[in-house]
Amino acid sequence: MGLSESEPLDTSAIRDDFPILEREFRGEQLVYLDNAATSQTPDQVVDNIAHYYRNTNANVHRGLHHLSQEASIAYEEAHDRVAEFIGAEGREEVVFTKNTTESMNTVAYAWGLAELGPGDEIVLTEMEHHAALVTWQQIAKKTGAEVKYIRVDDEGYLDMDHARELITDDTEMVSVVHVSNTLGTINPVTEIGEIAHDNDALYFVDGAQSVPHMPVDVQDIDADFFAFSGHKMCGPTGIGVLYGKEHLLEEMQPYLYGGMMIEKVTYEESTWHELPWKFEAGTPPISEGIALAEACDYLDDIGMERVRRHGEELAEYAYDRLSEFEDINILGPGGDDRSALVSFNLDGVHAHDASEILNEYAVAVRAGDHCTQPLHDKLGVSSSTRASFYIYNTKAEVDKLIDALDEARQLFA
Amino acid sequence: MGIGGSDMYRQQILDHYKNPRNYGEIEEATFTHVGENPMCGDTIEMDVVLDDDEEAIERVAFRGDGCAISQASASMLSEQLAGMSVADLEEMDRDDVVDMLGVDISPMRIKCAVLAEKVAQDGAEIYFGEKDVDRTTTEDDEE
Ligand SMILES: Cc1ncc(COP(=O)(O)O)c(C=O)c1O
Repeated sequence: MGLSESEPLDTSAIRDDFPILEREFRGEQLVYLDNAATSQTPDQVVDNIAHYYRNTNANVHRGLHHLSQEASIAYEEAHDRVAEFIGAEGREEVVFTKNTTESMNTVAYAWGLAELGPGDEIVLTEMEHHAALVTWQQIAKKTGAEVKYIRVDDEGYLDMDHARELITDDTEMVSVVHVSNTLGTINPVTEIGEIAHDNDALYFVDGAQSVPHMPVDVQDIDADFFAFSGHKMCGPTGIGVLYGKEHLLEEMQPYLYGGMMIEKVTYEESTWHELPWKFEAGTPPISEGIALAEACDYLDDIGMERVRRHGEELAEYAYDRLSEFEDINILGPGGDDRSALVSFNLDGVHAHDASEILNEYAVAVRAGDHCTQPLHDKLGVSSSTRASFYIYNTKAEVDKLIDALDEARQLFA
Repeated sequence: MGIGGSDMYRQQILDHYKNPRNYGEIEEATFTHVGENPMCGDTIEMDVVLDDDEEAIERVAFRGDGCAISQASASMLSEQLAGMSVADLEEMDRDDVVDMLGVDISPMRIKCAVLAEKVAQDGAEIYFGEKDVDRTTTEDDEE
Protein backbone atom coordinates (compact mmCIF):
# COMPACT_ATOMS: atom_id res chain seq x y z
CA MET A 1 0.00 0.00 0.00
CA GLY A 2 1.49 3.28 -1.14
CA LEU A 3 -0.03 5.78 1.22
CA SER A 4 -1.03 5.63 4.83
CA GLU A 5 -4.68 4.87 5.45
CA SER A 6 -5.31 8.30 6.93
CA GLU A 7 -4.46 10.23 3.80
CA PRO A 8 -7.31 11.01 1.44
CA LEU A 9 -7.53 9.57 -2.04
CA ASP A 10 -5.69 11.26 -4.86
CA THR A 11 -8.69 11.43 -7.17
CA SER A 12 -6.78 13.10 -9.96
CA ALA A 13 -4.21 10.30 -10.06
CA ILE A 14 -7.01 7.75 -9.91
CA ARG A 15 -8.87 9.46 -12.76
CA ASP A 16 -5.85 8.89 -14.99
CA ASP A 17 -6.62 5.18 -14.75
CA PHE A 18 -10.13 5.73 -16.14
CA PRO A 19 -9.93 7.35 -19.60
CA ILE A 20 -13.67 6.87 -20.05
CA LEU A 21 -14.15 9.75 -17.61
CA GLU A 22 -12.68 12.09 -20.24
CA ARG A 23 -15.59 11.48 -22.57
CA GLU A 24 -17.65 14.47 -23.57
CA PHE A 25 -21.21 14.63 -24.77
CA ARG A 26 -22.12 17.75 -26.73
CA GLY A 27 -19.26 19.61 -25.12
CA GLU A 28 -20.03 18.58 -21.55
CA GLN A 29 -17.59 16.30 -19.77
CA LEU A 30 -19.08 13.12 -18.39
CA VAL A 31 -19.98 13.17 -14.69
CA TYR A 32 -20.46 9.50 -13.91
CA LEU A 33 -22.66 9.09 -10.85
CA ASP A 34 -24.18 5.69 -11.59
CA ASN A 35 -21.59 3.60 -9.79
CA ALA A 36 -24.06 1.62 -7.70
CA ALA A 37 -25.29 0.15 -10.98
CA THR A 38 -21.86 -0.45 -12.50
CA SER A 39 -18.51 1.10 -11.70
CA GLN A 40 -16.00 2.10 -14.34
CA THR A 41 -13.04 -0.16 -15.10
CA PRO A 42 -9.45 1.03 -14.63
CA ASP A 43 -6.79 0.53 -17.28
CA GLN A 44 -5.08 -2.02 -15.05
CA VAL A 45 -8.12 -4.30 -15.26
CA VAL A 46 -8.73 -3.65 -18.96
CA ASP A 47 -5.05 -4.42 -19.65
CA ASN A 48 -5.30 -7.58 -17.59
CA ILE A 49 -8.16 -8.80 -19.77
CA ALA A 50 -6.32 -7.89 -22.98
CA HIS A 51 -3.17 -9.58 -21.70
CA TYR A 52 -5.08 -12.74 -20.90
CA TYR A 53 -6.55 -12.97 -24.39
CA ARG A 54 -3.27 -12.06 -26.06
CA ASN A 55 -1.08 -14.41 -24.05
CA THR A 56 -2.91 -17.04 -22.05
CA ASN A 57 -6.34 -17.79 -23.48
CA ALA A 58 -7.33 -21.47 -23.16
CA ASN A 59 -9.88 -23.55 -21.34
CA VAL A 60 -9.21 -24.42 -17.72
CA HIS A 61 -8.91 -27.67 -15.75
CA ARG A 62 -8.76 -29.61 -19.00
CA GLY A 63 -5.73 -29.38 -21.15
CA LEU A 64 -2.28 -30.55 -20.39
CA HIS A 65 -0.75 -27.97 -22.70
CA HIS A 66 1.06 -24.86 -21.52
CA LEU A 67 -1.70 -22.35 -22.14
CA SER A 68 -4.32 -24.40 -20.39
CA GLN A 69 -2.03 -24.90 -17.42
CA GLU A 70 -1.29 -21.19 -17.18
CA ALA A 71 -4.96 -20.26 -17.54
CA SER A 72 -5.97 -22.85 -14.92
CA ILE A 73 -3.43 -21.65 -12.41
CA ALA A 74 -4.35 -17.99 -12.92
CA TYR A 75 -8.05 -18.79 -12.67
CA GLU A 76 -7.63 -20.88 -9.54
CA GLU A 77 -5.37 -18.31 -7.91
CA ALA A 78 -7.97 -15.64 -8.62
CA HIS A 79 -10.19 -17.53 -6.14
CA ASP A 80 -7.41 -17.29 -3.54
CA ARG A 81 -7.07 -13.57 -4.14
CA VAL A 82 -10.79 -12.97 -3.79
CA ALA A 83 -10.87 -15.14 -0.65
CA GLU A 84 -8.17 -12.93 0.85
CA PHE A 85 -10.03 -9.78 -0.18
CA ILE A 86 -13.14 -10.73 1.83
CA GLY A 87 -11.48 -12.65 4.65
CA ALA A 88 -12.58 -16.15 3.59
CA GLU A 89 -10.53 -19.17 4.66
CA GLY A 90 -9.55 -20.10 1.13
CA ARG A 91 -10.59 -20.90 -2.41
CA GLU A 92 -12.89 -23.73 -1.23
CA GLU A 93 -15.23 -21.04 0.05
CA VAL A 94 -15.22 -18.85 -3.07
CA VAL A 95 -17.47 -19.83 -5.96
CA PHE A 96 -17.32 -17.73 -9.11
CA THR A 97 -20.75 -17.00 -10.57
CA LYS A 98 -22.10 -14.55 -13.11
CA ASN A 99 -23.21 -11.93 -10.56
CA THR A 100 -24.80 -11.38 -7.16
CA THR A 101 -28.13 -12.54 -8.53
CA GLU A 102 -26.74 -15.89 -9.63
CA SER A 103 -24.98 -16.30 -6.29
CA MET A 104 -28.32 -15.78 -4.55
CA ASN A 105 -30.08 -18.23 -6.85
CA THR A 106 -27.37 -20.83 -6.31
CA VAL A 107 -28.13 -20.98 -2.60
CA ALA A 108 -31.86 -20.58 -3.10
CA TYR A 109 -31.97 -23.58 -5.45
CA ALA A 110 -29.20 -25.76 -4.06
CA TRP A 111 -30.11 -25.28 -0.41
CA GLY A 112 -33.58 -23.68 -0.34
CA LEU A 113 -35.43 -26.04 -2.65
CA ALA A 114 -33.97 -29.07 -0.91
CA GLU A 115 -34.38 -27.97 2.69
CA LEU A 116 -37.43 -25.70 2.94
CA GLY A 117 -41.04 -26.72 3.39
CA PRO A 118 -44.35 -25.62 4.89
CA GLY A 119 -43.88 -24.09 8.34
CA ASP A 120 -40.39 -22.83 7.53
CA GLU A 121 -39.77 -19.11 7.40
CA ILE A 122 -37.39 -16.97 5.40
CA VAL A 123 -36.70 -13.55 6.88
CA LEU A 124 -35.72 -10.70 4.57
CA THR A 125 -35.82 -6.94 4.99
CA GLU A 126 -38.15 -4.43 3.38
CA MET A 127 -35.11 -2.91 1.70
CA GLU A 128 -33.98 -6.08 -0.11
CA HIS A 129 -32.92 -5.83 -3.73
CA HIS A 130 -35.05 -7.86 -6.13
CA ALA A 131 -32.07 -10.23 -6.45
CA ALA A 132 -32.91 -11.53 -2.97
CA LEU A 133 -36.56 -10.58 -2.69
CA VAL A 134 -37.84 -12.16 -5.90
CA THR A 135 -35.60 -15.20 -5.55
CA TRP A 136 -36.68 -16.11 -2.00
CA GLN A 137 -40.28 -15.20 -2.77
CA GLN A 138 -40.31 -17.73 -5.61
CA ILE A 139 -38.51 -20.40 -3.58
CA ALA A 140 -41.13 -19.87 -0.88
CA LYS A 141 -43.90 -20.41 -3.42
CA LYS A 142 -42.26 -23.61 -4.64
CA THR A 143 -41.64 -25.04 -1.15
CA GLY A 144 -44.58 -23.74 0.89
CA ALA A 145 -42.24 -21.73 3.12
CA GLU A 146 -43.21 -18.22 4.17
CA VAL A 147 -41.31 -14.95 3.63
CA LYS A 148 -41.30 -12.27 6.33
CA TYR A 149 -39.82 -8.80 6.09
CA ILE A 150 -37.95 -6.87 8.77
CA ARG A 151 -39.48 -3.39 8.86
CA VAL A 152 -37.64 -0.31 7.66
CA ASP A 153 -38.35 2.66 9.94
CA ASP A 154 -39.13 6.22 8.89
CA GLU A 155 -35.49 7.20 8.80
CA GLY A 156 -34.46 4.28 6.64
CA TYR A 157 -32.97 2.01 9.31
CA LEU A 158 -33.96 -1.55 10.05
CA ASP A 159 -36.24 -1.92 13.05
CA MET A 160 -34.08 -4.24 15.12
CA ASP A 161 -36.84 -4.95 17.66
CA HIS A 162 -38.92 -6.17 14.79
CA ALA A 163 -35.98 -8.28 13.60
CA ARG A 164 -35.79 -9.94 17.01
CA GLU A 165 -39.53 -10.58 16.88
CA LEU A 166 -39.53 -12.04 13.38
CA ILE A 167 -36.52 -14.32 13.65
CA THR A 168 -37.61 -17.39 15.59
CA ASP A 169 -37.15 -21.15 15.75
CA ASP A 170 -39.19 -21.38 12.56
CA THR A 171 -36.72 -19.22 10.67
CA GLU A 172 -34.47 -21.25 8.39
CA MET A 173 -32.86 -18.45 6.40
CA VAL A 174 -32.17 -14.78 7.10
CA SER A 175 -31.10 -12.87 4.02
CA VAL A 176 -30.11 -9.24 4.47
CA VAL A 177 -28.63 -6.58 2.25
CA HIS A 178 -25.40 -5.22 3.76
CA VAL A 179 -25.75 -1.75 2.23
CA SER A 180 -29.04 -0.66 0.70
CA ASN A 181 -28.64 0.30 -2.95
CA THR A 182 -31.59 2.69 -2.60
CA LEU A 183 -31.35 4.17 0.89
CA GLY A 184 -27.59 4.00 1.38
CA THR A 185 -28.23 2.52 4.84
CA ILE A 186 -25.38 0.43 6.24
CA ASN A 187 -27.11 -2.39 8.08
CA PRO A 188 -25.85 -3.90 11.37
CA VAL A 189 -25.07 -7.20 9.71
CA THR A 190 -23.02 -8.67 12.56
CA GLU A 191 -25.84 -8.10 15.04
CA ILE A 192 -28.44 -9.59 12.69
CA GLY A 193 -26.18 -12.59 12.15
CA GLU A 194 -26.10 -13.22 15.90
CA ILE A 195 -29.89 -13.19 16.05
CA ALA A 196 -30.07 -15.55 13.06
CA HIS A 197 -27.58 -17.99 14.55
CA ASP A 198 -29.17 -17.86 18.02
CA ASN A 199 -32.24 -19.23 16.25
CA ASP A 200 -30.29 -21.80 14.22
CA ALA A 201 -31.07 -20.07 10.95
CA LEU A 202 -28.62 -19.73 8.10
CA TYR A 203 -27.49 -16.23 7.26
CA PHE A 204 -26.99 -14.77 3.78
CA VAL A 205 -25.57 -11.27 3.34
CA ASP A 206 -25.96 -9.44 0.01
CA GLY A 207 -22.70 -7.53 -0.25
CA ALA A 208 -23.19 -6.08 -3.74
CA GLN A 209 -22.98 -2.52 -2.38
CA SER A 210 -20.58 -3.13 0.51
CA VAL A 211 -17.61 -5.00 -0.94
CA PRO A 212 -16.87 -2.24 -3.48
CA HIS A 213 -16.95 0.47 -0.83
CA MET A 214 -15.59 -0.74 2.50
CA PRO A 215 -13.32 -3.32 4.05
CA VAL A 216 -15.38 -6.49 4.44
CA ASP A 217 -14.51 -9.57 6.48
CA VAL A 218 -17.05 -12.34 6.03
CA GLN A 219 -15.77 -14.14 9.13
CA ASP A 220 -16.21 -11.04 11.31
CA ILE A 221 -19.77 -10.78 10.03
CA ASP A 222 -20.11 -14.54 10.52
CA ALA A 223 -22.14 -14.79 7.32
CA ASP A 224 -22.90 -18.32 6.18
CA PHE A 225 -23.23 -17.04 2.63
CA PHE A 226 -22.16 -13.76 1.10
CA ALA A 227 -22.57 -12.47 -2.46
CA PHE A 228 -21.24 -9.64 -4.60
CA SER A 229 -20.59 -8.62 -8.22
CA GLY A 230 -17.32 -7.78 -9.98
CA HIS A 231 -18.79 -5.02 -12.13
CA LYS A 232 -19.52 -2.76 -9.18
CA MET A 233 -15.94 -2.90 -7.86
CA CYS A 234 -13.73 -1.99 -10.84
CA GLY A 235 -14.01 -5.48 -12.28
CA PRO A 236 -15.67 -6.65 -15.48
CA THR A 237 -19.27 -7.76 -15.96
CA GLY A 238 -19.99 -11.48 -16.08
CA ILE A 239 -18.27 -12.32 -12.82
CA GLY A 240 -19.79 -12.55 -9.36
CA VAL A 241 -18.89 -14.30 -6.17
CA LEU A 242 -20.69 -16.64 -3.83
CA TYR A 243 -18.89 -17.06 -0.55
CA GLY A 244 -20.09 -19.97 1.58
CA LYS A 245 -18.75 -21.57 4.72
CA GLU A 246 -16.92 -24.68 3.63
CA HIS A 247 -18.95 -27.20 5.63
CA LEU A 248 -22.19 -25.75 4.24
CA LEU A 249 -21.03 -25.81 0.63
CA GLU A 250 -19.77 -29.32 1.26
CA GLU A 251 -23.21 -30.47 2.41
CA MET A 252 -25.09 -28.75 -0.41
CA GLN A 253 -25.88 -30.43 -3.69
CA PRO A 254 -24.78 -28.61 -6.85
CA TYR A 255 -27.11 -26.11 -8.51
CA LEU A 256 -25.90 -26.47 -12.10
CA TYR A 257 -24.75 -29.75 -13.58
CA GLY A 258 -22.41 -30.55 -16.44
CA GLY A 259 -18.75 -30.58 -17.23
CA MET A 260 -16.02 -29.33 -14.88
CA MET A 261 -18.10 -29.88 -11.75
CA ILE A 262 -17.84 -33.68 -11.78
CA GLU A 263 -15.32 -36.12 -10.40
CA LYS A 264 -16.45 -39.41 -11.92
CA VAL A 265 -19.26 -40.10 -14.37
CA THR A 266 -20.86 -43.33 -15.52
CA TYR A 267 -24.07 -43.80 -17.50
CA GLU A 268 -25.85 -44.28 -14.19
CA GLU A 269 -24.11 -42.10 -11.63
CA SER A 270 -21.92 -39.06 -11.13
CA THR A 271 -19.89 -37.75 -8.23
CA TRP A 272 -18.88 -34.17 -7.66
CA HIS A 273 -15.59 -32.39 -7.92
CA GLU A 274 -14.12 -30.77 -4.82
CA LEU A 275 -14.97 -27.22 -3.72
CA PRO A 276 -15.39 -24.71 -5.18
CA TRP A 277 -15.52 -26.40 -8.60
CA LYS A 278 -18.57 -28.42 -7.64
CA PHE A 279 -20.55 -25.19 -8.06
CA GLU A 280 -18.89 -24.03 -11.28
CA ALA A 281 -20.41 -26.11 -14.05
CA GLY A 282 -19.24 -25.69 -17.61
CA THR A 283 -16.54 -23.33 -18.88
CA PRO A 284 -16.36 -20.56 -16.27
CA PRO A 285 -15.79 -16.81 -16.75
CA ILE A 286 -12.04 -17.27 -16.91
CA SER A 287 -10.68 -13.88 -17.95
CA GLU A 288 -13.37 -12.18 -15.88
CA GLY A 289 -12.33 -14.11 -12.78
CA ILE A 290 -8.67 -13.30 -13.29
CA ALA A 291 -9.56 -9.66 -13.91
CA LEU A 292 -11.59 -9.59 -10.70
CA ALA A 293 -8.44 -10.54 -8.80
CA GLU A 294 -6.72 -7.63 -10.53
CA ALA A 295 -9.56 -5.35 -9.40
CA CYS A 296 -8.98 -6.54 -5.81
CA ASP A 297 -5.30 -5.59 -6.20
CA TYR A 298 -6.28 -2.21 -7.59
CA LEU A 299 -8.61 -1.46 -4.69
CA ASP A 300 -6.19 -2.75 -2.07
CA ASP A 301 -3.46 -0.55 -3.51
CA ILE A 302 -5.68 2.42 -2.84
CA GLY A 303 -6.73 0.97 0.51
CA MET A 304 -10.30 -0.02 1.26
CA GLU A 305 -10.45 2.16 4.38
CA ARG A 306 -9.68 5.16 2.21
CA VAL A 307 -12.14 4.01 -0.44
CA ARG A 308 -14.77 3.92 2.28
CA ARG A 309 -13.96 7.33 3.65
CA HIS A 310 -13.96 8.92 0.20
CA GLY A 311 -17.38 7.48 -0.69
CA GLU A 312 -18.90 8.44 2.63
CA GLU A 313 -17.51 11.97 2.42
CA LEU A 314 -18.97 12.46 -1.04
CA ALA A 315 -22.31 11.04 0.07
CA GLU A 316 -22.36 13.40 3.05
CA TYR A 317 -21.44 16.35 0.87
CA ALA A 318 -24.14 15.45 -1.65
CA TYR A 319 -26.64 14.96 1.16
CA ASP A 320 -25.82 18.37 2.63
CA ARG A 321 -26.01 20.16 -0.70
CA LEU A 322 -29.27 18.46 -1.69
CA SER A 323 -30.69 19.29 1.74
CA GLU A 324 -30.29 23.00 0.99
CA PHE A 325 -33.37 22.74 -1.21
CA GLU A 326 -36.84 22.43 0.23
CA ASP A 327 -38.18 20.84 -2.94
CA ILE A 328 -35.77 17.91 -2.72
CA ASN A 329 -36.76 14.87 -0.68
CA ILE A 330 -33.94 12.49 0.18
CA LEU A 331 -34.62 8.81 0.87
CA GLY A 332 -32.82 7.15 3.75
CA PRO A 333 -30.65 8.15 6.69
CA GLY A 334 -28.76 11.36 7.43
CA GLY A 335 -25.65 12.45 5.61
CA ASP A 336 -23.10 11.28 8.15
CA ASP A 337 -24.47 7.76 8.29
CA ARG A 338 -24.74 6.42 4.77
CA SER A 339 -22.69 4.67 2.18
CA ALA A 340 -21.64 6.23 -1.12
CA LEU A 341 -25.04 7.07 -2.62
CA VAL A 342 -28.00 9.41 -2.28
CA SER A 343 -31.47 8.80 -3.75
CA PHE A 344 -33.90 11.68 -3.92
CA ASN A 345 -36.90 13.22 -5.64
CA LEU A 346 -37.31 16.77 -6.87
CA ASP A 347 -40.88 17.99 -6.28
CA GLY A 348 -42.94 18.15 -9.44
CA VAL A 349 -40.33 16.45 -11.58
CA HIS A 350 -40.57 12.71 -12.21
CA ALA A 351 -37.28 10.89 -11.65
CA HIS A 352 -37.11 9.90 -15.30
CA ASP A 353 -37.54 13.49 -16.39
CA ALA A 354 -34.91 14.62 -13.90
CA SER A 355 -32.39 12.06 -15.07
CA GLU A 356 -33.11 12.90 -18.70
CA ILE A 357 -32.36 16.58 -18.01
CA LEU A 358 -29.24 15.66 -16.04
CA ASN A 359 -28.15 13.60 -19.01
CA GLU A 360 -28.31 16.74 -21.14
CA TYR A 361 -25.48 18.00 -18.96
CA ALA A 362 -23.69 14.65 -19.21
CA VAL A 363 -24.48 13.88 -15.57
CA ALA A 364 -25.17 10.14 -15.48
CA VAL A 365 -27.50 9.04 -12.69
CA ARG A 366 -30.01 6.25 -12.25
CA ALA A 367 -33.74 6.86 -12.18
CA GLY A 368 -36.40 4.31 -11.39
CA ASP A 369 -37.00 1.92 -8.54
CA HIS A 370 -33.42 0.58 -8.49
CA CYS A 371 -34.75 -2.98 -8.21
CA THR A 372 -36.41 -2.17 -4.87
CA GLN A 373 -39.98 -1.72 -6.06
CA PRO A 374 -41.75 -2.78 -2.84
CA LEU A 375 -39.55 -0.37 -0.86
CA HIS A 376 -40.53 2.49 -3.16
CA ASP A 377 -44.19 1.51 -2.80
CA LYS A 378 -43.78 1.58 0.96
CA LEU A 379 -42.16 5.00 0.80
CA GLY A 380 -45.06 6.18 -1.36
CA VAL A 381 -42.98 7.11 -4.40
CA SER A 382 -42.99 5.37 -7.76
CA SER A 383 -39.34 6.07 -8.39
CA SER A 384 -36.34 8.11 -7.36
CA THR A 385 -33.18 9.58 -8.80
CA ARG A 386 -29.96 8.10 -7.45
CA ALA A 387 -26.48 9.59 -7.49
CA SER A 388 -23.86 7.04 -6.48
CA PHE A 389 -20.17 7.72 -6.05
CA TYR A 390 -16.86 5.97 -6.37
CA ILE A 391 -13.15 6.54 -6.00
CA TYR A 392 -12.82 8.90 -8.98
CA ASN A 393 -15.72 11.22 -8.16
CA THR A 394 -15.17 14.69 -6.75
CA LYS A 395 -17.08 17.35 -4.87
CA ALA A 396 -16.94 19.47 -8.03
CA GLU A 397 -18.94 16.73 -9.74
CA VAL A 398 -21.51 16.84 -6.96
CA ASP A 399 -21.74 20.59 -7.59
CA LYS A 400 -22.39 19.90 -11.27
CA LEU A 401 -25.19 17.56 -10.26
CA ILE A 402 -26.72 20.31 -8.13
CA ASP A 403 -26.41 22.85 -10.96
CA ALA A 404 -27.96 20.49 -13.48
CA LEU A 405 -30.81 19.78 -11.05
CA ASP A 406 -31.39 23.48 -10.88
CA GLU A 407 -31.81 23.51 -14.66
CA ALA A 408 -34.42 20.79 -14.33
CA ARG A 409 -36.15 22.72 -11.58
CA GLN A 410 -36.32 25.85 -13.74
CA LEU A 411 -37.46 23.99 -16.83
CA PHE A 412 -40.35 22.50 -14.89
CA ALA A 413 -41.14 25.56 -12.77
CA MET B 1 -24.38 25.66 -18.11
CA GLY B 2 -24.39 25.92 -21.84
CA ILE B 3 -27.40 24.05 -23.13
CA GLY B 4 -30.66 25.96 -23.18
CA GLY B 5 -33.07 23.28 -22.06
CA SER B 6 -33.56 19.81 -23.31
CA ASP B 7 -34.53 18.72 -26.78
CA MET B 8 -37.01 16.28 -25.38
CA TYR B 9 -38.60 18.93 -23.23
CA ARG B 10 -39.60 21.55 -25.74
CA GLN B 11 -41.96 24.21 -24.60
CA GLN B 12 -45.01 22.40 -25.94
CA ILE B 13 -44.38 19.27 -23.91
CA LEU B 14 -43.71 21.23 -20.76
CA ASP B 15 -46.80 23.34 -21.35
CA HIS B 16 -49.02 20.27 -21.66
CA TYR B 17 -47.39 18.71 -18.62
CA LYS B 18 -47.85 21.76 -16.45
CA ASN B 19 -51.30 22.66 -17.82
CA PRO B 20 -52.85 19.40 -18.94
CA ARG B 21 -55.83 19.81 -21.28
CA ASN B 22 -59.00 17.83 -20.67
CA TYR B 23 -57.80 16.75 -17.26
CA GLY B 24 -60.58 15.27 -15.18
CA GLU B 25 -63.56 12.97 -15.55
CA ILE B 26 -66.56 12.64 -17.83
CA GLU B 27 -69.40 10.95 -15.97
CA GLU B 28 -71.38 10.03 -19.08
CA ALA B 29 -68.35 8.50 -20.84
CA THR B 30 -69.08 5.78 -23.36
CA PHE B 31 -66.08 3.88 -22.02
CA THR B 32 -63.31 4.30 -19.48
CA HIS B 33 -60.00 2.52 -19.50
CA VAL B 34 -56.83 2.58 -17.43
CA GLY B 35 -53.24 1.67 -18.19
CA GLU B 36 -49.82 1.82 -16.70
CA ASN B 37 -46.19 1.77 -17.61
CA PRO B 38 -44.75 -0.44 -14.87
CA MET B 39 -41.16 0.54 -15.56
CA CYS B 40 -41.79 4.20 -14.70
CA GLY B 41 -44.93 3.93 -12.63
CA ASP B 42 -46.82 6.15 -15.10
CA THR B 43 -50.60 5.71 -15.04
CA ILE B 44 -53.30 7.10 -17.33
CA GLU B 45 -57.04 6.68 -16.97
CA MET B 46 -59.14 7.90 -19.87
CA ASP B 47 -62.84 8.62 -20.37
CA VAL B 48 -64.07 8.66 -23.97
CA VAL B 49 -67.42 9.87 -25.29
CA LEU B 50 -68.45 8.49 -28.69
CA ASP B 51 -71.03 10.05 -30.97
CA ASP B 52 -74.45 8.46 -31.40
CA ASP B 53 -73.29 6.19 -34.24
CA GLU B 54 -70.32 5.13 -32.18
CA GLU B 55 -68.08 5.86 -35.12
CA ALA B 56 -66.31 9.00 -33.99
CA ILE B 57 -64.91 10.37 -30.76
CA GLU B 58 -66.61 13.42 -29.39
CA ARG B 59 -64.72 14.14 -26.23
CA VAL B 60 -61.96 12.74 -24.08
CA ALA B 61 -60.86 13.37 -20.51
CA PHE B 62 -57.97 11.81 -18.64
CA ARG B 63 -56.28 11.75 -15.30
CA GLY B 64 -52.97 10.28 -14.40
CA ASP B 65 -49.68 10.45 -12.76
CA GLY B 66 -46.14 10.07 -14.03
CA CYS B 67 -43.39 11.59 -16.06
CA ALA B 68 -43.73 14.63 -18.29
CA ILE B 69 -43.62 12.59 -21.48
CA SER B 70 -46.47 10.29 -20.49
CA GLN B 71 -48.69 13.05 -19.14
CA ALA B 72 -48.04 15.54 -21.94
CA SER B 73 -48.68 12.81 -24.45
CA ALA B 74 -52.07 12.09 -22.84
CA SER B 75 -52.95 15.78 -22.82
CA MET B 76 -52.01 16.27 -26.48
CA LEU B 77 -53.78 13.08 -27.49
CA SER B 78 -56.95 14.15 -25.67
CA GLU B 79 -57.09 17.19 -27.97
CA GLN B 80 -56.24 15.25 -31.09
CA LEU B 81 -58.80 12.51 -30.47
CA ALA B 82 -61.78 14.88 -30.32
CA GLY B 83 -63.41 14.50 -33.73
CA MET B 84 -61.29 11.55 -34.81
CA SER B 85 -63.00 8.40 -36.10
CA VAL B 86 -62.66 5.24 -34.05
CA ALA B 87 -61.18 3.56 -37.13
CA ASP B 88 -58.43 6.21 -37.27
CA LEU B 89 -57.71 5.76 -33.57
CA GLU B 90 -57.25 2.04 -34.10
CA GLU B 91 -54.86 2.79 -36.96
CA MET B 92 -52.58 4.98 -34.84
CA ASP B 93 -49.09 3.71 -34.12
CA ARG B 94 -46.02 4.91 -32.29
CA ASP B 95 -44.84 7.03 -35.20
CA ASP B 96 -48.04 9.02 -35.05
CA VAL B 97 -47.47 9.60 -31.35
CA VAL B 98 -43.90 10.73 -31.89
CA ASP B 99 -45.12 13.08 -34.67
CA MET B 100 -47.73 14.47 -32.35
CA LEU B 101 -45.18 15.13 -29.62
CA GLY B 102 -42.88 16.77 -32.15
CA VAL B 103 -39.64 15.77 -30.43
CA ASP B 104 -37.22 12.90 -30.62
CA ILE B 105 -38.12 10.35 -28.00
CA SER B 106 -35.24 8.25 -26.71
CA PRO B 107 -35.79 4.49 -26.98
CA MET B 108 -35.95 4.16 -23.21
CA ARG B 109 -38.87 6.57 -23.06
CA ILE B 110 -41.01 5.41 -25.96
CA LYS B 111 -43.24 3.43 -23.61
CA CYS B 112 -43.99 6.60 -21.67
CA ALA B 113 -44.91 8.34 -24.91
CA VAL B 114 -47.30 5.67 -26.23
CA LEU B 115 -49.10 4.86 -22.98
CA ALA B 116 -52.05 7.20 -23.59
CA GLU B 117 -52.48 6.00 -27.18
CA LYS B 118 -52.49 2.36 -26.01
CA VAL B 119 -55.05 3.14 -23.33
CA ALA B 120 -57.36 4.82 -25.85
CA GLN B 121 -56.98 1.99 -28.36
CA ASP B 122 -57.45 -0.78 -25.81
CA GLY B 123 -60.41 1.06 -24.32
CA ALA B 124 -62.10 1.18 -27.74
CA GLU B 125 -61.28 -2.44 -28.55
CA ILE B 126 -62.63 -3.63 -25.22
CA TYR B 127 -65.77 -1.58 -25.69
CA PHE B 128 -66.36 -3.13 -29.11
CA GLY B 129 -65.66 -6.60 -27.77
CA GLU B 130 -62.44 -7.08 -29.72
CA LYS B 131 -60.21 -7.42 -26.70
CA ASP B 132 -60.44 -8.51 -23.09
CA VAL B 133 -58.00 -6.97 -20.61
CA ASP B 134 -58.51 -5.18 -17.29
CA ARG B 135 -55.57 -2.84 -17.54
CA THR B 136 -53.30 -1.89 -20.35
CA THR B 137 -49.62 -2.21 -19.64
CA THR B 138 -46.86 -1.09 -21.94
CA GLU B 139 -44.88 -4.20 -20.96
CA ASP B 140 -47.21 -6.18 -23.20
CA ASP B 141 -46.39 -3.88 -26.09
CA GLU B 142 -45.04 -6.12 -28.81
CA GLU B 143 -44.77 -3.55 -31.59
C1 LIG C 1 -27.84 -4.59 -3.15
C2 LIG C 1 -27.79 -5.27 -4.47
N1 LIG C 1 -28.00 -6.58 -4.55
C3 LIG C 1 -27.94 -7.23 -5.72
C4 LIG C 1 -27.66 -6.57 -6.88
C5 LIG C 1 -27.65 -7.36 -8.15
O1 LIG C 1 -26.40 -7.36 -8.72
P1 LIG C 1 -26.21 -8.08 -10.14
O2 LIG C 1 -27.15 -7.36 -11.07
O3 LIG C 1 -24.79 -7.83 -10.47
O4 LIG C 1 -26.56 -9.49 -9.97
C6 LIG C 1 -27.42 -5.20 -6.85
C7 LIG C 1 -27.11 -4.40 -8.04
O5 LIG C 1 -27.80 -4.22 -8.99
C8 LIG C 1 -27.49 -4.54 -5.61
O6 LIG C 1 -27.30 -3.22 -5.53
